[in-house]
Amino acid sequence: MVKNIINVRKLSKVFDNSLRAVDGITFDVRQGEIFGFLGPNGAGKTTTIKMLTTLISPTSGDAKIFDFSINKSASAVRASVGVVPQEFTADEDLTAYDNMLLMADLYGVSRTIAKTRIVELLSLVELSNAAKRKVNTYSGGMRRRLELAIGLVNHPKVLFLDEPTLGLDVQTRAAVWTYIEKLKKEYKMTIFMTTHYLDEADSLCDRVAIIDHGKIIKIDTPKNLKDSLGGDIIELKIENERTNVSDLLKKITGVKNVKKNGVEYRLKVKSAETLAPKLITMLTSKGHKVTKLSLSKPTLDEVYLEYTGRSLREEQSNSLDIMSMRRTQRLSRS
Amino acid sequence: MTQTESKGIHSISYLARSLWSITNRDLKKWYLAPVLLFISLIQPVVWLALFGKAFNFAGIFTNASFNIPGLNLPASVLNTIGNTLLTNTFGTTSYFSFLAVGMLAFIVVFTSMMSGMSIVWDRRFGFLDKLLTTPIPRASIVIGKILNGVVRSLAQALIVLVIAVLLSMNTAYFSVGGILIAFGALFLLAFGMSSLFVLLALHSKDWQTQMAIANLLSLPLLFMSNAFFPISAMPSWLQAIANVNPVSFTIAIGRSTLLGITPTISLGSAFLYLGVFAALLGTVSIILSWKLLKD
Repeated sequence: MVKNIINVRKLSKVFDNSLRAVDGITFDVRQGEIFGFLGPNGAGKTTTIKMLTTLISPTSGDAKIFDFSINKSASAVRASVGVVPQEFTADEDLTAYDNMLLMADLYGVSRTIAKTRIVELLSLVELSNAAKRKVNTYSGGMRRRLELAIGLVNHPKVLFLDEPTLGLDVQTRAAVWTYIEKLKKEYKMTIFMTTHYLDEADSLCDRVAIIDHGKIIKIDTPKNLKDSLGGDIIELKIENERTNVSDLLKKITGVKNVKKNGVEYRLKVKSAETLAPKLITMLTSKGHKVTKLSLSKPTLDEVYLEYTGRSLREEQSNSLDIMSMRRTQRLSRS
Repeated sequence: MTQTESKGIHSISYLARSLWSITNRDLKKWYLAPVLLFISLIQPVVWLALFGKAFNFAGIFTNASFNIPGLNLPASVLNTIGNTLLTNTFGTTSYFSFLAVGMLAFIVVFTSMMSGMSIVWDRRFGFLDKLLTTPIPRASIVIGKILNGVVRSLAQALIVLVIAVLLSMNTAYFSVGGILIAFGALFLLAFGMSSLFVLLALHSKDWQTQMAIANLLSLPLLFMSNAFFPISAMPSWLQAIANVNPVSFTIAIGRSTLLGITPTISLGSAFLYLGVFAALLGTVSIILSWKLLKD
């Protein structure tokens, strides 16, 4: 039986301007998983993280992290979770080491433990050589890695990551993903992350919640979400084709649907990679020669489109959020 | 987070260490940046040199700089008249010394103001959000800012005092106790002023408005006090304000213990007034910190 670490019940946040940022969401996060909140800007992802990390209080509803209520035991929640916000929050005028020492003090980590832990964490994110440099000399990727290390200084069992790769270039994003996976493995951490990058949710998350207009539309594993679209696509072409093989193909278990577009067959199947070899063997045994075969899996893009009725879009949010996001993006590129 | 660590967040040692860390973070930017330290001293020193030396009242009234035609008074008589005029107005014959004590309060007001402002930057750069996700009590965030303002103010005031002495401030009445009492008054002023400016900046996301408000407050605070000129020579409406201005009380205490100028009220009452001022503003900003720091 897998334990739930975070229990969110009917959580809502209505802002002063009567914007319903989060609208009665209910979900659980299991121990040791990477749980992703996927949605466009303004969908309520950051508001949810801010409520779960007690930065803002909910209008109604409650959430429990290790049985600590975010409403009643805010300081216990704060002491036991780690947060890596969307913005760069490290003090630019201090060195990475001093930033981490400060945070260790604020989390009540004793100096002796803190000193070894900081060295360990900085080496985890490969910043050991830059530890004594002021943060304002860091590149965007380095700053993001430092934020990760800072978020881990209290050795949290639950880590909140808000858009961990916002504005980063492709290589740095891949590097950050590696660190996140390392954290999950080495520290057996439960990670709650938000993202509006579909590939990120797909490759990192064990389960994904699709959120739009403050409501959760669907929660499942990325694989199930994609499977729910009806399966993978196999496209194949047969050399000097004399007879239509549609009926033959339909008989194979796992094939749901066969369509012929000109000279190519388009099959909707359950699991393309295991089915493709069988297809080839079967067709060859019947005297057909396969000259072209392509497999494609549905992406979360299509899943998102399916459930929300549109692709991920930029949505209006307040000017301060946009300002801070632009700042993060600008710094990320430096 | 282990059990012992999470228990630790309620202990006194945690509260003390986290408060010191958060204060020291702000202080580091100042004592590790000598250029900043130097620049922040320029203004009061320039004022001290320009006003203190240019308003050469002693030069106007003494050393045979004037005479009454036909009477041909001897220089010694003229000097006595001039010095009596100066003493009656300023309480001392050295306007420079008179102004120097005013400048101590001046640097305290300005330094407290700038330190209080820094919370706006913390909010803007996300550092404040990060702080709010740690278990540190909200009050510590505000107290840390106030302490930062107090430490900086007192250190700067000490430097201004040393410079004033080097520029020939009258040290005839100086004593260790007197200097300590003067700095006690400056401490209370710095605490109250830092609280005031932290309070004003607590909920703000816009430093330009903050700067405008601060400038609007700080200069009148100084000119509506006894920093540049004795209150007794002011128009009555200005006297009314200057007489309740905590800056005036601080300077009166300083002039009493550093220059031997008799204050218009007792030192005890002046200290009580400043104490209430500091405690009141400190308490209000701490109480409001919870509400104003959130969203």
